[in-house]
Amino acid sequence: MIRDSIVGLWQVLRAMALTLRHFFTRPVTIQYPKEPVPLYPRFRGQHQLLFYEEGPYKGLERCIGCSLCAAYCPTHCIYVQAAENKDGVQRSPGERYAEVYEINMLRCMFCGYCEEACPTGAIVLRREFALADYTREDLLYQQKRLQETQAPNAIIRPDSVDEIPGTGKAPRKRRDRS
Amino acid sequence: MDWVGDFWIPLIKGIIVVLVLLLGGAYMTWGERKICARFQVRYGPNMAGPFGILQPLADAVKAIFKEEIIPSHVDRVTYLLGPFISFAGVLITFAVIPFGPEVDLFGRTIGLWIGDVEIGLLFLVAIAGLASYGVVLGGWSSNNKYSLLGTLRAAGQMLSYELPLGAALLPVALLVGSLNLRAIVDYQGNWPLVVLQPVAFIIFLIAILAESNRSPFDLPESENELVSGFMTEYGGIKFALYFIAEYTAMVVNSAIVATVFLGGWKWPAVISDLHPLAGVGLFVAKVVFMLFVYVWVRTATPRVRLDKFMNFAWKFMLPLALLNLIVTAVVVAFV
Repeated sequence: MIRDSIVGLWQVLRAMALTLRHFFTRPVTIQYPKEPVPLYPRFRGQHQLLFYEEGPYKGLERCIGCSLCAAYCPTHCIYVQAAENKDGVQRSPGERYAEVYEINMLRCMFCGYCEEACPTGAIVLRREFALADYTREDLLYQQKRLQETQAPNAIIRPDSVDEIPGTGKAPRKRRDRS
Repeated sequence: MDWVGDFWIPLIKGIIVVLVLLLGGAYMTWGERKICARFQVRYGPNMAGPFGILQPLADAVKAIFKEEIIPSHVDRVTYLLGPFISFAGVLITFAVIPFGPEVDLFGRTIGLWIGDVEIGLLFLVAIAGLASYGVVLGGWSSNNKYSLLGTLRAAGQMLSYELPLGAALLPVALLVGSLNLRAIVDYQGNWPLVVLQPVAFIIFLIAILAESNRSPFDLPESENELVSGFMTEYGGIKFALYFIAEYTAMVVNSAIVATVFLGGWKWPAVISDLHPLAGVGLFVAKVVFMLFVYVWVRTATPRVRLDKFMNFAWKFMLPLALLNLIVTAVVVAFV
């Protein structure tokens, strides 16, 4: 009993020494809306449908409405409805384009298989992660929304990437907070 | 009858002390969250005002505007009385604690204490025991099994810590030769009693942690197994009253430790001789330090089991305190 009590008191003092060491370190909290979140370079967030930025197809949609992404998707969250390109109004370089392109963000598990399946590199997973919303309908992302440029409140951890995709800014060097 | 000296000045002193204590208790909730957060490498509340200093205000407003719910199965009178007994007990305790020397204000000599009681030490222990009734009555009258279990623990805990608590204060009384807290503070002009009575200090510290239901002895509340212990059926302002009573109790208990063991406003005399207010500053600094220790202990310890605590209190703290008392008595008598 006496032994236990003395050992217990000693252990409490040791624990207090340990917590006191932590008292003098900087907090690890990220003040999220005010401060950007550091993401890993290969972080997979919301999808984006890309356009051709240069070359002969400049300005056209990359997506040719082939539905390979929908076929490959493990959760079947992608729906593509293709339509023929008519003369004069060319939306994509091939014969067809995606008339409807929907992703059900409630189902998507961000595996990135759609990215892999796409023959033209039209769909990529970007870094937007603030995807909360109020209704199911709002989470059924339409083509228009998926084509928008993303500006996530995040920075990429500065170990391999020297530009934040979609923003063109160089990631701010983060102080080590250990 | 000297109305100004005997009525108005004590009244004003009392009001000021109560307000300061209330504010101190409210800000202790903020301080604890803040300090605790830093121990856990977080920031703590920092949204309401700079550094979150308006947080207690926001919490108070929220508590006041909550719906007043009195469950139908409670013993109404006792249920409502519980928080008030807790709170009043805490405030009364501070009445005998001197927080500064005599100062000359407006042509009068005013002592910076409320009551200069000859049996101050006894008064402290008595009222501290009384404040536990708030917890016990509140929990029991709630008619709820979690509250009842919390109450049982509070009662068991009270029986365990009260004796070591008293026994740790006795050597102090022996050394000083008085139960008056002003005499105890005056005695500590050269050396604080923590140097002369380290064992009593440690026992008193542990007992006072138990008295204010603080971790590692927060058994009556035990939020992970008893929902909220004796506070389970309390909501809104009644809950806030219990809550602020707990934190004010921390402030008052820190003040007791500072007065009895850390030299109150007097030690070190080099500083307190400069100006009367320097003494008050010393006192406040010591109280704040003790509050920090409270939170520090909380971050470092898990909750003890009731039987373990009773074992510890009865088989270790009490014999040790008595041994310390005997040794002190022998030293005082023969040296």
